[in-house]
This record gives sequence, C-alpha cells and structure tokens, in this order.
Amino acid sequence: MAKKVVVEGKVIGQHVLNITTKQIDVKAPEIAQSAVPGQFVNVQVSKRNSPLLRRPFGIASVNKETGIITMIYRILGDGTKILRDVCSGDEISIVGPLGKGFDLKAKKPLIVGGGLGLAPLLSLAEGMEGKKADVLMGGRCEDDMFWTDYFAPISNNVYVTTDDGSMGIKGTVMAVLPKLLAANKYDCVYVCGPEPMMKAVAAECMKQKIKCQVSLEKYMACGLGACLSCSCEGIGERIKVCTDGPVFWAEEVGEW
Amino acid sequence: MVKGLYDNRLNTNIAGLKMKTPITTASGTFGFGLEFTDFLDLEKVGAVTTKGTTLEPRAGNKGQRAVETPAGMLNCIGLENPGSDYFLKETLPELKKYKVPVIVNIAGSSPEEYGELAAKLDVKGVDALEINISCPNVKHGGIAFGTCPESAAEVVEQVKKNTSKVVITKLSPNVTSVTEMALAVEAAGTDAISLINTLIGVKIDIHRQKPVLGNITGGLSGPCVRPVAVKMCYDVAQVVKVPIIGMGGIMNAEDAIEFFLAGASAVAVGTANFVDPTIAETICHGILEYMDDHKIKKLSDMIGAALPEGKLPTK
Ligand SMILES: Cc1cc2nc3c(=O)[nH]c(=O)nc-3n(C[C@H](O)[C@H](O)[C@H](O)COP(=O)(O)OP(=O)(O)OC[C@H]3O[C@@H](n4cnc5c(N)ncnc54)[C@H](O)[C@@H]3O)c2cc1C
Ligand SMILES: Cc1cc2nc3c(=O)[nH]c(=O)nc-3n(C[C@H](O)[C@H](O)[C@H](O)COP(=O)(O)O)c2cc1C
Repeated sequence: MAKKVVVEGKVIGQHVLNITTKQIDVKAPEIAQSAVPGQFVNVQVSKRNSPLLRRPFGIASVNKETGIITMIYRILGDGTKILRDVCSGDEISIVGPLGKGFDLKAKKPLIVGGGLGLAPLLSLAEGMEGKKADVLMGGRCEDDMFWTDYFAPISNNVYVTTDDGSMGIKGTVMAVLPKLLAANKYDCVYVCGPEPMMKAVAAECMKQKIKCQVSLEKYMACGLGACLSCSCEGIGERIKVCTDGPVFWAEEVGEW
Repeated sequence: MVKGLYDNRLNTNIAGLKMKTPITTASGTFGFGLEFTDFLDLEKVGAVTTKGTTLEPRAGNKGQRAVETPAGMLNCIGLENPGSDYFLKETLPELKKYKVPVIVNIAGSSPEEYGELAAKLDVKGVDALEINISCPNVKHGGIAFGTCPESAAEVVEQVKKNTSKVVITKLSPNVTSVTEMALAVEAAGTDAISLINTLIGVKIDIHRQKPVLGNITGGLSGPCVRPVAVKMCYDVAQVVKVPIIGMGGIMNAEDAIEFFLAGASAVAVGTANFVDPTIAETICHGILEYMDDHKIKKLSDMIGAALPEGKLPTK
C-alpha cells in the first residue's frame, strides 16, 4: 500500500454547495499521486488543543497533474465550523491517503449513494478506468442534489430520489433499486451513505446475487489502526474501519 | 535543526532499561509501533510501549468507543487485542527488526494470570513489562487491582516472580491517594512506576438523552488531564526511589519538560500520536533546544529540578 504521509497542504479554494455543505481543494501532491478511489484523509482543523483530534473526510476527487485533492463536507460541529472558515492560501495539516479503496474490477458498475456518502463515490466514478458507471443517488430535497452536477459529466445514467419528491422520484433509493438491479446486468454495486441505506442496499444485492461493496463510517481517532476506536465485528475476525476499510465487501461486515 | 537525535544528552535509564531518548509511546495510542513506521523512524523513539496485551484475545467493548471532549477525548476500547500468542508469533518478530527497546503493556483478570502472561513474555525482544492495573474500561482486571494497594502489590509480586525483564507498574489516577499506591507497588518490588492512566469520565448526548459511549464511561486523556498528571508525578517523585515514566496530555516538548522537572526520568506521548503521528520522534528537537537555552548538559540534570529540594545544577 502507498506510503502514508503528513503534509501541510495549501488551501486552493472553497466553494459553497448548499447551506450546510462545502467543497475544499487542497494542494497535497504526495497524497494526490498515490490515492486510490475510496480512500480518505485525516484533517487537522486547528493547531490548538480544542478541537483536538483530526477529522476524517473521504477524498472526493484527485487531480494527479495539479496535485490537488478535493473533499466535500457537511458543516456539523466545532471541527467543520472551523474548516468552513479556512481561506485560500492557508495551510492545513493532512494525513493520508488512508484506508483501502474500492475494487475497480467491475465491468458494469452501479454506484448508490446518499448524502455525504456520495463524496468518496465521486472519486470512484472518476476513477473507474474508462467504464462509466450508472449512479443512483438519494437526498432529502432538491437542494441536496448539487451532486448531479458532479456525477452527470462522468457517469452513464444518473437516477435521483428525494424524500420530499422535489427532484427525481419521491422516496429513498430503495424505491428504485430493486427494479434497477433486475433490469440491468450490474456486476457490482458500490454504496456509501447512512447506515440504514447501506444495509438495505446490501440486503437487496444479496437477494439478487450481485456483488456489493460498502464504505463504512465509524468514529475514529487516529485513522492508522492504532487506537481501535473504529474496530468492529467482521465475520470471524475483528475489522478496523480505518485500515481494513473503510471499503468492505458487504459479506465481510458482521456488525452494522 | 538541532544536531542528531542520538545526542547522548538525552539518554535515560529506567531501572536498567536504557533509552536513547526519554520518550516512549503511551500504551494503546501507538498500536504495536508498526502502524507508525510511515511517519517516523522507530529507532529514534526511546522505547515502544505496545497496546495492552492479554493472555487470550479480547474483542473489547461494543458501541461507540471514543468521543472528543474539551481539549481531550474519552475512550472505552476495553483492551481489544489479539492476545499473547498472536503477539509472540506475528507482532514481536516484526518489531524485533528495529533496534528499539520494547515495553509490553500487560493486563489480566487475576494476579496469577498476570504472572502466567509475564512468564510467557519472558523472551528475547521484550525489554520490559508495563503492568496495567489501571484500565478503567474492563470489568475484570485492570482498575480493580489499581485502586487497592494490597491487590496491586499482589499483581506486582506475581509478575516479578515470573520475569527477568524490567517491571514497570502503571498507576491509575482514579484513587484517593496515588502516593499510597506508589509506595505499595514499590514495596512489592516494581522496578519503575508509570503514571497516569486515564481519568474516568462520561459524555452525554443531550439530543438522544443518553451517554455517548457504548460502555457509558470512558477514560479521559489529552491536554485536559495534564495538570492532574503533573501533580501526581510531582507527589510520587517525592516519596519513591524507583524511576518514573510520566504521561498525561503531553503534546509538545514544553509539556514533556514539565514532567522531567516534576521528577520523571522518561515520558510517554499518548493521545498526541493521533494528532501528530511524528511526535514520538520529533518532540526531542524541542527538548534539546530547551536544554541549550538553559545550558542543561544532560537530561538527568533536570529530572526533579522543580521538586521542593530540587534545582538545576549550577555551572
Ligand atoms: C472514513 C470517514 C470518511 C468520512 N468522510 C466524510 C466526507 O467525505 N464528508 C463529510 O462531510 N463527512 C465525512 N465523514 C464524517 C466526518 O468525519 C464528521 O462529520 C466530522 O468529523 C464532524 O466533525 P465536527 O467537529 O464538525 O463535528 P463534531 O463536533 O465532532 O460532531 C458533530 C456530530 O458529528 C458526529 N461525528 C463526529 N465525528 C464523526 C465521525 N468520525 N463519524 C461519524 N460521525 C461523527 C458526532 O457524533 C456529532 O453528532 C467521514 C467519516 C469517516 C469516519
Ligand atoms: C485510545 C486509548 C487506548 C488506551 N489503551 C491503553 C492500554 O491498553 N493500556 C494502558 O495501560 N493504557 C492505555 N491507555 C492510556 C494511555 O496509555 C495513557 O496513560 C493516557 O492516555 C494518558 O496519556 P495521554 O493524555 O498522553 O494520552 C489508552 C489511551 C487511549 C487514548
């Protein structure tokens, strides 16, 4: 696996995507060079003692030529509120690339994502090596669906569901998934999003006998496999989300 | 940058355990060391202290295991570890490839189990044992022994009887009198004392009206505990003769120096490894700079200099 590094990355810019979501671009060539789709970084939002721990974010996009990595994040608590106010030209400390990424061997992939789970999936859509994936994305309302602008240019078909029906089909991704799987010969489904969604998608894939990879999110402190905060039950063995994952085959996960 | 890190001004000696720098890694915050080799040169760390190891594998606690708190964090990992067989077969051979002393942190559910584990680990490649009688996150063993002087002494005796290695006993801050505990383990024959383990705490999720951690309580670590740790080091250093490894909230060289001045012969960096994975190596630069600034010739000159009877040697 590629060497992990800790770098001071120069912030190239931030963009507001909606009222709670931002994109941040950081120059981190060492990480950009070796990162693979599905990996994440651990970002130090402040040099002070509080907030203390780094915050993990999926790598949403990489530009190997410019050495710029992109993260898309939801403004939630203290850490992301500080990150929100970081300016172009500031330097932030980033550890990465971390974890194991997606299996890229699928010939006819379907990407299923909800909310910020779509961030690491974007790097997957980008990195599918010539194959364009179909994408099924879910959100609460139209305002959450800025994602279509990111995925549409690099994907095959894009299907949208919203809880309130303000865009695409009303309901969750599960309103569409069973039919989509039955009608297409997907050989792998990649899913990242809220836990109930990942569970439901994995169960449907299992039912229709289609391989499924899930990208899990668990509270973690080090991101390096040392603190064991994100360790959970696999099948017959313990798994660490930070180093054995965050991407797992659905059948490897014993405890959701 | 300051000269080499092998600058012998930083040498320290913990009851026969020779360390090239006075820095070790707090148990449970550095894995088995191998997790950090992308970030630092293990051979430039004074000693690697491993994750708490038990005779049999342990799965640890269920539910959320860590949460950030003001200037610190709570954890309730619950001593998850792959067990002593795995450690001896898979981990130790890898660690042995590095020229760095290895301190194995051990835990058990009875004094006899501690003894059995100590005997099993009495092998080449292990340089010292750190007895964890202070883990707040497991029901059996751990802190039960750490809060009662007689039980603590019993564990120390069992370990001493079964090993040829340097024995370090790690004390809990969750006691009425840490000096009483220190005197008890010293009398029982421990070669050194390390302190502190984590302080017990709870964080409540006010939106779910429930504790955040799966185990309800967790161990508090990080900069918020440092004054408590320095005080305990300062107190214990005045009553025991055995060397002390100080820890609790050390984030940089200045923090480490507080512990040396309070009587510690070495220090461990813990939670700081999560924030800066290079810290166990790079913290030495700042210590050497301080020594230059204050014309301190060797580390031992500043150990205990802030104690009532202590002072830096005059030129
Ligand atoms: C591997 C991984 C990849 C991630 N990728 C992304 C991403 O691409 N975009 C994104 O917006 N978020 C991502 N997250 C979640 C992100 O790390 C948290 O939202 C962030 O740390 C919150 O920090 P904060 O200081 O703003 O919030 P805090 O004040 O720390 O907490 C606010 C709320 O967020 C929850 N939270 C905090 N940390 C985590 C965590 N590690 N996992 C789950 N919940 C948490 C807390 O329980 C609390 O309810 C990822 C998490 C992991 C583990
Ligand atoms: C995630 C985590 C796991 C820990 N695991 C152990 C352990 O297995 N054995 C032990 O003796 N102490 C353990 N500790 C306690 C630390 O070794 C140290 O005593 C404590 O964290 C205080 O130092 P710090 O503030 O620098 O982290 C753990 C601490 C943390 C944060």
